[in-house]
Amino acid sequence: MSENIEIGLDQNIKQSGIVSQKHLRHFLDIEYLPKSLILDILDLAESFAGVSGQPVKKVPLLRGKTIVNLFFEASTRTRTTFELAAKRLSADFLNINMDYSATKKGETLLDTLRNLEAMHCDMFIVRHPSSGAAEFISKNVSQNISIINAGDGRHAHPTQAMLDIFTIRKYFPDFKKIKVAIVGDILHSRVARSLMHALRILEVPDIRVIGPKTLLPNGVEHMGVAPYVNMDEGIKGCDVVIMLRLQNERMNSSFIPDEHEYYNLYGFSPKRLDLISKKGIVMHPGPVNRGVEISSEVADGDRSVILQQVSNGIAVRMAILSLSMQP
Amino acid sequence: MKYSKDQTQALLLKIENSLKSYLLKNNIEKPIIIGVHTGGVWVADWLQKRLGYEGRAATLNISFYRDDFSKVGVNPTVEPSEMPVSVDDKHVILVDDVLFTGRTTRAAINEIFDFGRPLSVTLVVLVERNGNELPITADIAGEKLELDNNKNIKLLGPDPMILEVIDKVN
Repeated sequence: MSENIEIGLDQNIKQSGIVSQKHLRHFLDIEYLPKSLILDILDLAESFAGVSGQPVKKVPLLRGKTIVNLFFEASTRTRTTFELAAKRLSADFLNINMDYSATKKGETLLDTLRNLEAMHCDMFIVRHPSSGAAEFISKNVSQNISIINAGDGRHAHPTQAMLDIFTIRKYFPDFKKIKVAIVGDILHSRVARSLMHALRILEVPDIRVIGPKTLLPNGVEHMGVAPYVNMDEGIKGCDVVIMLRLQNERMNSSFIPDEHEYYNLYGFSPKRLDLISKKGIVMHPGPVNRGVEISSEVADGDRSVILQQVSNGIAVRMAILSLSMQP
Repeated sequence: MKYSKDQTQALLLKIENSLKSYLLKNNIEKPIIIGVHTGGVWVADWLQKRLGYEGRAATLNISFYRDDFSKVGVNPTVEPSEMPVSVDDKHVILVDDVLFTGRTTRAAINEIFDFGRPLSVTLVVLVERNGNELPITADIAGEKLELDNNKNIKLLGPDPMILEVIDKVN
């Protein structure tokens, strides 16, 4: 974080991919986006949401454009919703599984990119295990190519944060009046990081992060959020509770005692529903570990908006793709 | 130059009467009235009421169907299209405030067909001005106008609706 704070304004603008207050060029991070642009994306997504309900689920906006999914990491939801978003905008779409691509045969990443550029592609959607990968690619492709960050290491997952706030706004139109808690592995979560920035920019007055001390980043309170190690205290009165996936690899490490213990301390059990506000909602970016961070009863219950998040993901990604492809 | 409220009202009444005769002549009983954002929606709502149909007119926002995305992009504040009933096998009355180049109408017709297959589409406009770039003309127009190239005509509204001729902004 301290590294980012010291970066000058020009660099900030470059990082988030803003060309002007109205236009995107790349969509790499949410951290430095102006509030007005975030709201523009949400409004545009609202219009695109109707397209999925039409008999012909398609608009011709990006006809003739070619969009490529470059996924260096496994993904189902994000990959498919980006694909559907691009197809509903009538773009031509390629899915390149980097596990089987020429990079495995020794071709460097930059050579692979050059080849895709030579095929006159217009946009790369990048998912990569290393933080900063999308930004690196954005600096190494020709000027007419837009890069969308679909998750880079622990750094950011800005389109997930956008669809989360879009979903929140459906239930709570005034961000300035809500209490939001994010629960789980805050330390390793790019979703949490992007969400904290988005909520801060939208002036949410009460943002809480909840998890065992080992999974809360040091100095997280400097990001304008309140840390809690006790879940019951943390979610009390919250309007929105966002549960994070406990990644399998953490279970075998020293970060947490064990799965059952974790569920008892930080799992969203049905009785915890009584603690949140009356109209409160429960969210999860997926994939869900049932019985680890959330019970099936809550995940499938009427306070859960998990599947709506998935549907909203298409409309929000349509908005981001079309705004990043603006002239 | 502004039209007066009464002058605009006279044009509205003229298209209402023409539309009534047109529906009668063609044996169309329950058409779907669809307005194109923004001015067209006001006129469509007005016609919907005057013809005694319930509810509000359907609306189209043709922003996603425009042919100039690669030049001007998309406006983030577009209002969504609202098509509460199916257009399949229905007569559609497509309403706009002004017919100029015909590109908006082209985009609107394309969008209508993404909602289904109507029996027919009839174009009703308050004003049809010179400058057509496509083979599209209005079936019913309140007025036909010859304007200089540097002029635009737009509808202010929704209440009252008033037509205004302004200098084109480049």
